[in-house]
Amino acid sequence: MESRQYYVPSGCATGGILHEAGEPISGCEIAALMGAMHERSNGLGGGFAGYGIYPEMADCYALHVMYDREDKRRAVEELLSGSTFLVRSERIPTRSTAGVVPGPDVWRYFVQVPPRNLESLTEEDYVVRLVMRINLELPGAWVISSGRNLGVFKGVGYPEDIANYYRLDEYKGYMWIGHGRFPTNTVAWWGGAHPFSLLEWSVVHNGEISSYGINRRYVEMFGYRCTLRTDTEVLVYLIDLLRRRHGLPWTALWAILAPPFWEQIERMRDQHKRAAYTALRQVYGSAMVNGPFSIIIAHSRGMIGLTDRVKLRPLVAARAGALFVLASEESAVSAVLRSPEAIWAPRAGFPAEGVLQRSEAVAG
Amino acid sequence: MRNYLLPEFRIIIGPECVRCLRCVRECSFGAMEVAEGIPKPRNQRCVACRRCAVFCPTGAISIRPLEVAYRTNSHWSERARQDILRQAQTGGVLLCGAGNDLDYPCIFDRLLLDASQVTSPSIDPLREPMELVTYLGRKPVNVTLETRSDGSFRLTSQLPPQLKLEVPIIFGAMSLGAVNLNVHRSLARAARELGTLWNCGEGGLHRELYQFGPCTIVQVASGRFGVHQQYLDIAAAIEIKMGQGAKPGIGGHLPAEKVTPEIAATRLIPVGSDALSPAPHHDIYSIEDLATLVSALKEATHHTKPVGVKIAAVHHIAAIASGAVRAGADFLTIDGFRGGTGAAPKAVRNHVGIPLELALAAVDDRLREEGIRGEVTLIASGGIRHSADALKAIALGADAVAIGSAALIALGCTLCQACHTGRCAWGITTQDPELAQRQDVEEGAARLVNLVRAWSTEIKEMLGALGINAIESIRGNRERLRAIELGEETTSILGVKVAGKE
Repeated sequence: MESRQYYVPSGCATGGILHEAGEPISGCEIAALMGAMHERSNGLGGGFAGYGIYPEMADCYALHVMYDREDKRRAVEELLSGSTFLVRSERIPTRSTAGVVPGPDVWRYFVQVPPRNLESLTEEDYVVRLVMRINLELPGAWVISSGRNLGVFKGVGYPEDIANYYRLDEYKGYMWIGHGRFPTNTVAWWGGAHPFSLLEWSVVHNGEISSYGINRRYVEMFGYRCTLRTDTEVLVYLIDLLRRRHGLPWTALWAILAPPFWEQIERMRDQHKRAAYTALRQVYGSAMVNGPFSIIIAHSRGMIGLTDRVKLRPLVAARAGALFVLASEESAVSAVLRSPEAIWAPRAGFPAEGVLQRSEAVAG
Repeated sequence: MRNYLLPEFRIIIGPECVRCLRCVRECSFGAMEVAEGIPKPRNQRCVACRRCAVFCPTGAISIRPLEVAYRTNSHWSERARQDILRQAQTGGVLLCGAGNDLDYPCIFDRLLLDASQVTSPSIDPLREPMELVTYLGRKPVNVTLETRSDGSFRLTSQLPPQLKLEVPIIFGAMSLGAVNLNVHRSLARAARELGTLWNCGEGGLHRELYQFGPCTIVQVASGRFGVHQQYLDIAAAIEIKMGQGAKPGIGGHLPAEKVTPEIAATRLIPVGSDALSPAPHHDIYSIEDLATLVSALKEATHHTKPVGVKIAAVHHIAAIASGAVRAGADFLTIDGFRGGTGAAPKAVRNHVGIPLELALAAVDDRLREEGIRGEVTLIASGGIRHSADALKAIALGADAVAIGSAALIALGCTLCQACHTGRCAWGITTQDPELAQRQDVEEGAARLVNLVRAWSTEIKEMLGALGINAIESIRGNRERLRAIELGEETTSILGVKVAGKE
């Protein structure tokens, strides 16, 4: 625990389900989807992100915070009272579950940012700084999600057990993503389970980021700090940087995170396209995610599955009516969709995207 | 004054000798004479360049250190005692060529690369794409795009000039004067064929080689030799030479006898005059002055090409590098203390400067702390010996490496350190036309191309083992390096964990 310099590569099961019309989905569904892939994890980590689960508090940032140490809770609450408008705070309810050794205390805080605190920052920048500050300066306290109308629930155990532990059956949201972990290292700790989340972005990841060292140093240049000791964490910061701060479209993110090979870029007939892809690789080379991966990115308006550019990790996508599902395995799809209209394997480096059509009460 | 110095080497001619006298013709130092039709060694003159032995058709020649014992003394090495004698006899500065040869610890040799096992597949570069393409030039922090409703996008910002390198290896600066035109010809041809760059050094560029402009970095150094509008115009990039790893803080001196008509014409100086490069640029006494020159060169070339700065690795390298980037340098060449030279005072060559690895790590860190790392291409040079050194330098933070000594070794150089004598038997650092013609341009180019291709293949193999298929994913990725037997502070400066640590 004392050193934050190492990280743990991960294997894993990933899954996600989105109702594109914004209808609520019970947490039971994602638990069933992940449960179907039980064999892909080893009980050393499971977790979920639910979107649209706090509609009555949708104008507050929901900070989910894990505590290894009780005194850190006081420190965090003091910090939050001083730097935010703390609307509500409560311990996240759990139930005793076979297979889950109760872990750290997990609390949630619904906060608003007082405009006078912002100075020249945006509200989002302010929240990011707050999260980084807690994770860096108050070890023993870990902010695991910080978006509006969304929350992350994770811990050490199989995903379906973690779902039961956090009583996800009592939550409803328009989108869920989930993860079952098979770390190739016995270090198992609650903060290291997936999803990783910041503001509206959450990521679950199957794979190993061979480029982690430089991805991390790259985001550090922009003020992010990797403190959670799993390589996946850096993906969230890359997405926040590229999407929110640099204002790049998702299509450009694919060209950065899993870019086409130079040879493919040179063959692009449209010179504007060629110029843009060339520039993205030139400028954002340090943000390329190398190594085998399949990831599911959740954001307030949808869910995206993406694999590395040679596709060394599995990912399937499926649709049934307004339901869009992503999973590591087809077996998981059939656990939640009885008669999917389409099931497909996304091409290497190309996204499979589900988009929320509704505009009110989204997460963010 | 009687010469108290003994020869350093002893040439032994074995019974295989067929008296062809090839060795006598090959030796440019006069260490082989003929006596009664038999080659007769003159040990005193031998520099152990191996030319005679390599060209002996029967392999009859061996060269050994002359074994006349000094009483053992760990403090007063044989070399220290010999150097004192030499100076007592001449009263002069000891000159030498090539790079620092003292037994300082080599950090590269204490860094080890990672490889994939199980959790992440390694990649076979013969079956899968493996990308080494690197772009030299200033990169903005971000790009701006115009996005259409279908998600397609166009670039609305313009990038500063970028030079494409097919491999992250370029040829380092070696001036016409330090080496001869044939060497320049080989370097230029090899760079063009490889899709990389070579650097003509500070002695100007021979007009014959202007056709290689698109793969040439031209230097502007303190002597301003050969610098004129056309020289700047034909170049791919311009490098302001502030320092050199082999002799930080020291100027250069090309003796009059080396200033042949061709060199004189290229350098724009009279034939047979000494070419003196002052220690400082006489118009650069501060960072603002450097900024002025960078900007003047960019203006002179209408902002169409990268302008970089070469600095020697010294104690405050990080601050200097940061200043240079802020002064507008689009690329920075950091030359470590093992870098070579055609001639330098031995005391300086051997005792001034710091190791490339530490300088590079410190610079990369500082530029990241300041958020300006992306704005500059870092080129590491100074004693890169093989593909693994190159890859380790890139993992520490370099975008590319420059090779000088390794390129000359490919051409036959044996690091005999007699460059400054002008008598190079391999025809590399000599202006003697008879000797210079020993460098066959086409063959030399082929050797250089082979070397860089071989290194590139090896780099691809190592990247494949790392489970990485593009060079930019190892650049600055110190997570994939581990240190062995390096002190805590050294590893902390390198930003590298100790082997065995996760």
